[in-house]
Amino acid sequence: MLKISCPFCGPRNEVEFAHGGPLKDRRPENASPLEDQAWIEYLTVPQNPLGPVQERWWHVRGCGSWFTITRDTRSHDIIDNGNKS
Amino acid sequence: MQRNSEGGLIDRSQSISFQFNGKTYQGFAGDSLASALIANGVFLTARSFKYHRPRGIVGSGFEEPSSLVELVGDEESGNQPITRVQIRHGLEARSVNCWPSPDFDLLAVNQFFSKLIPAAFYYKTFKWPDWRLFEPSIRRAAGLASAPQGIHHRGHYETRYAYCDLLIVGAGPAGLMAALLAAHSGARVMLADDGLEPGGSLLAERYQMDQGDALGWVRKTVAELDSLDNVTRLSEATVWAYREHNLLMITERAPATENVFQRSWRVRAGQVLIATGAIERNLVFANNDRPGVMMASAIQAYVNRYAVKPGKRVVLFANNNSIYAVARDLRAAGIELVAIIDSRNQLEALPDDLQDVRVLTNHVIEQCHGRKRVHSVTIKGRSSGAVAKLGCDLVGISGGWNPTVHLYSQSRSLLEYNTELATFVPGKAVQGCQCIGSAAAIFNLDALLQDTARKTETALAATGNTIDPAVTLPAVTAEAPYHIEALWHVDVDTQLATSCFIDIQNDVTLADVHLAMREGFDAVEHVKRYTTAGMGIDQGKTGNLNVIGAIALRSGCAPDEIGTTTFRSPYVPIEFGSLTGVREESVYLPYRHTPITQWNKEHGAEMYEAGARWRRPGYYPRPEESFQQTVNREALAVRKGLAVYDGAPLGKFEIKGPDALLLLEMLYTNSFANLQTGMGRYGIMLSEDGIILDDGVSFKLADNHYFMSTSTGHADAVNQHMEFFLQTHRPEWRVKITTVTTQWANATLCGPKARAMMQALGTDIDLSTEAFPFMGMRDGTVAGFKARVCRVSFTGELSFEINVRARDALPLWKRIMEIGQQFGITAVGSESNHVLRVEKGFLSLGHEADGTTGPHDLGMDWIVAKNKTDFIGKKAIEIRQAMNPSRRQLVGLLPDDPDHLIDEGAPITPGGRREASEGLITACVWSVVHNRVIALALLENGRSRMDETVYIRRKGDIVTARVTAPCFHDSDGHLLRS
Amino acid sequence: MQQYSIFSLARNALSGHQNWSRAWRSPPLKERYDVIIIGAGGHGLATAYYLAKNHGITNVAVLERGWLGGGNIARNTVTIRSNYMRDESIPFYVKSVKLYEGLTRELNYNLMYSKRSMIDVVQTYPKLREIKRRMFNGDLHGSVYERINVDELRRRIPPLTGGGPDSRLPIIAGMVHPSAAVCRHDAVAWSYARAADDRGVEIHQNTEVMKLLRDANSGRISGVETSRGNIYADKVAVVVSGHTTSITDTIDLKLPIKSFNLTAFVSEPVKPIIDVVVNCPDIGVYLSQSDKGELVIGGAPDAGQSFRRDIKQHVFEDSVCSLLELFPAFKRLKLMRQWGGTLDIAHDATPIVSQTDIQGLYVSAGWWGGFKAVPAGGYTLAHLIAKNEPHQLAAPFTLDRFKRLDFILEAGTTTVT
Repeated sequence: MLKISCPFCGPRNEVEFAHGGPLKDRRPENASPLEDQAWIEYLTVPQNPLGPVQERWWHVRGCGSWFTITRDTRSHDIIDNGNKS
Repeated sequence: MQRNSEGGLIDRSQSISFQFNGKTYQGFAGDSLASALIANGVFLTARSFKYHRPRGIVGSGFEEPSSLVELVGDEESGNQPITRVQIRHGLEARSVNCWPSPDFDLLAVNQFFSKLIPAAFYYKTFKWPDWRLFEPSIRRAAGLASAPQGIHHRGHYETRYAYCDLLIVGAGPAGLMAALLAAHSGARVMLADDGLEPGGSLLAERYQMDQGDALGWVRKTVAELDSLDNVTRLSEATVWAYREHNLLMITERAPATENVFQRSWRVRAGQVLIATGAIERNLVFANNDRPGVMMASAIQAYVNRYAVKPGKRVVLFANNNSIYAVARDLRAAGIELVAIIDSRNQLEALPDDLQDVRVLTNHVIEQCHGRKRVHSVTIKGRSSGAVAKLGCDLVGISGGWNPTVHLYSQSRSLLEYNTELATFVPGKAVQGCQCIGSAAAIFNLDALLQDTARKTETALAATGNTIDPAVTLPAVTAEAPYHIEALWHVDVDTQLATSCFIDIQNDVTLADVHLAMREGFDAVEHVKRYTTAGMGIDQGKTGNLNVIGAIALRSGCAPDEIGTTTFRSPYVPIEFGSLTGVREESVYLPYRHTPITQWNKEHGAEMYEAGARWRRPGYYPRPEESFQQTVNREALAVRKGLAVYDGAPLGKFEIKGPDALLLLEMLYTNSFANLQTGMGRYGIMLSEDGIILDDGVSFKLADNHYFMSTSTGHADAVNQHMEFFLQTHRPEWRVKITTVTTQWANATLCGPKARAMMQALGTDIDLSTEAFPFMGMRDGTVAGFKARVCRVSFTGELSFEINVRARDALPLWKRIMEIGQQFGITAVGSESNHVLRVEKGFLSLGHEADGTTGPHDLGMDWIVAKNKTDFIGKKAIEIRQAMNPSRRQLVGLLPDDPDHLIDEGAPITPGGRREASEGLITACVWSVVHNRVIALALLENGRSRMDETVYIRRKGDIVTARVTAPCFHDSDGHLLRS
Repeated sequence: MQQYSIFSLARNALSGHQNWSRAWRSPPLKERYDVIIIGAGGHGLATAYYLAKNHGITNVAVLERGWLGGGNIARNTVTIRSNYMRDESIPFYVKSVKLYEGLTRELNYNLMYSKRSMIDVVQTYPKLREIKRRMFNGDLHGSVYERINVDELRRRIPPLTGGGPDSRLPIIAGMVHPSAAVCRHDAVAWSYARAADDRGVEIHQNTEVMKLLRDANSGRISGVETSRGNIYADKVAVVVSGHTTSITDTIDLKLPIKSFNLTAFVSEPVKPIIDVVVNCPDIGVYLSQSDKGELVIGGAPDAGQSFRRDIKQHVFEDSVCSLLELFPAFKRLKLMRQWGGTLDIAHDATPIVSQTDIQGLYVSAGWWGGFKAVPAGGYTLAHLIAKNEPHQLAAPFTLDRFKRLDFILEAGTTTVT
């Protein structure tokens, strides 16, 4: 059970959050003109590093905010907790 | 009796009666089952797992590798080490895995086949004719205790969270010292010790601290700790797991609270100090498993702590100098020291009181003699090779000390091999923890107290606290530094190697390790899995390092090149019940219910588990009605008369802000741009992959203000989807979403008489079709309640969904039932709703939308806006359509047999043949409109196969049906719009 | 290959077991092979065996960074079954089960293969619908699945005393899959290794692949860079479930894969109490009893990508809560050991057995429930490597399906591995 720091609520247990997958580029304003295979790659190919991954979490059982952290997938160390002032 | 009349920590004033293997014995309060049995002269207490060799008590704590017992009766519990059971009045214990008794065990016959059953023998045989013929006997022979049958009677399990600045594991000298130093710093301290009383190794040995008995210092320290509010001290509590982010698991086996049987703690610690001590290692020689061969420190514990003598004449055997303190204590207790066999090559300066003892350096015990009890040993000179026999009834062995690094290793911190100490010691920490005391491989009391002080200071600093300078370290008597020469096993010939036990619990011999390596299994994990060494309940605590050493010797490498096997939680076995506490049934699986749920139950509704854990009425059976009759009655009420159902669980969201419409346009496949205030529109949402995520209706309340409703089951998923998109991909958009699912309840009236019913209820809303068209939404009063009425219909009939505040739902419902009498109102559930929507061909998530279908497949081209630039999932469905020309499309089916239902999920195959399906039945119901069975199906290229006959195959039973349009009632929606 | 039998066991007993030969050699590493298989796990070793046996290709090196069979083959919950949902998947698993059934004989190694049956304990109607769909589809492809009533279910699983009519989620029905089996997982790795080695395949342990190598001109695969130097081959297969992208990232090959942690735990060993594999799909837990007497229990993967092979306490506790819902007597049973393993899961949660855009590079990945698939996975990958054409049974599993967004979605059947 990770200890995750919500930007608004501070450190909380993992059970308060929902995981939202690894970071992806901003969803384009209009995907239609993109090449099909480029869009398929956007949809299906994630970052899957043996090391730090940027990922999203949702404080669903709390304040409801989404934020991004950087966590090492080998150790669970949270390198960057996405809490910027 | 083997009990000394003086000494020990037992309470001789409290005599306790208990049973072991059917016989009754007496012990004292404070005795473990092991010490009480030793006091009674019982030494044959077990049979080994595979060979069923006679076994006795080897250790004094959790590390016990040999004797496991099963507790029966109220205390029922299996596979407990005999050394960890406290005797209580009425205790009934049995040896496991032997029958009828350890003394006379029928399966002892296994010993005669021992040559045929070395490690991993089962891979080489039992193959013909079939393993299944042998398996039942093997399974019965394996498995130790019987599985528990019942539940304890002494209270419930409890679980808790706790947070502290400093968690100290172990209340031996290091742990107590750290706690004392930390306690006065103001830090929140937790101290957990797994012994019956604090003190750790001080309980088993005879130390002096501050010029008095060390136990006096222990008592004083504990009293002080217990007087402080910032210290939480747990006894009989094992810290059994070290997880990520400094989360540790502790289970208290006997909490002081009445009615709490066991308590588990999930502790998030700022810093951890691991003071778990060290475990003595076994020595490997022939017949080292005979009853009477015990760990030297265990014998020491028995004499000092329990005042019992496991024997009268002892031979001590060690590769390190800790044996000499043991020798003194045993002699003081009245046990004759026959000889001390020291495998090391040097002569230590012996203490004065041992000068007359026969000490043989550079010697080993080659083998033990005596089957049910050791009666002599053969010793051998390591250089000379000279052998001699010594008579004894007790052998105390010490192969050296291993710091108990299991928790440290679980934290993922590193271990390193220390050649001088011949063991693995803590290396670099990767989480906020440090080892102190013997766990840090500091065995000398004076040195470990100093080291503890330093490390406690560091730990406290990391949590922003400072150590109290007033706390002083106690003065302790000096000891000789620990010295060891590694002896992984005694040098024996191949014959003797078959009785050198390297893992006593799993009957693994030195020969087995060599056999594994001979067959190419030379990685330490291979040896472990091949031989099962270290895989027993004791997890090889006394033997694992010898396995590593044996591999090292045979392969010519150093132990650190071999490495250790992975340390896994739990450190000791933990009852499953203690993990869950009161999380059972509705606590663990909470269900959601509406204000009408109780009414439903009172009126006999059959409640179903619906999506998102809602409990919803499936149907309302009446006496004498069959299930089908009930569903038909309810469906007919909707089609012909008046019905009401509770639509409260539907997801509801208020969407507000200047960019609200932008959001809706991205979420839905169709456009909401021209939606009028006071009107709603049905829409479908896709995931970005183009899979149908949800369907629902959104209403425009005002410019920049919408009210979205979703399905019941997917409300949470849609909530996540929307918030995710908005907050992570469009954080600059000015729109906010508020979940109002449970703030609004509703009662939905449906059927031709719905409008009349609304009038009868009384409302200020103009109900005419002109003023209040289909898909409209009006605010007003209904039956005296403030309401928002929507003309949506999931049934295909005239419908008024009366939305009120949750607190008004039940009064409204009751009023509806009262007024509705005159119209013959019927409460209906999800089963009839299912029939009605199938008749209309309306989409149902989980039926037609099964994760593979897109809107085009469902014949819903109209819902995919042609003029919208983009929406979530647009490009995906376009790609899918273009690249996969053959699609499964939604069709209706009229089975040729009009009277029999076809299972939902049944496949349609070409010609009914037994081959890959070309479609499936997604729904099949008795239609009250047509008085026959109808179905919906997904069928490959279905839309171009109208009127074709298709074949549905249910495991060899084939039924036929005619393909038709997927709507069986009012296809142009007259009734809805009336 | 030295024969294993009761006779050879007895014979060797006479000589104190000193004459057993090595199960596999430790030969010197060559500079070039016809095929390199990265990963000596279940799938990698099976692939090597079938390359040799079915296709006569023996100049093969299996490279393993750790100890043979130390990956997921060493840490799974050994459920073998074929009750999948999709037409694309079922025949593959039916074949795998069939191969398993004959494997002890074929490899002369007692895998302790035990047909137990699997019983689904169904507690909600949507789940019953889904399982019935699998039942009918399975029948089309030779995978048997039969419905039983609650009384029969309880009779076959005596310790299952929860889920009564007054409980939170009463049991509605049961579904039996008779061909479900368990076996000794280490034996699967060791037997395939021994048999492959016997046919000339080389297995190299402690040989870590750091990078894939490509030919500078053609861009095709040319070999691998390892901790023991470069090794060249025209055909390289990545068969390292869990760590696939760590290897394919070295040449920027994009795969639709994420790695997750999946855990399992065992109880203390007890006398026989459960004879079948029990699956509880509505509450997410499944269990069976090993021959040693331990109950082997598993649940669903952790959220968030992970290579840590650890236990998330809240996920673990939920599995235990689910277990005790249906087996309340197990409250007093003790947890003995728990562990995690790393799985790759593809975007549609269906496996990948495929060539890639890089000529000569093959990938076998996305195995969530890969233990049951070991024989067929090896069989079909060997075919693909030998013939550069997918085997019919694994044709749906190529990477092409992603290029058409034609996902194969099992929808919930993969909670049991």
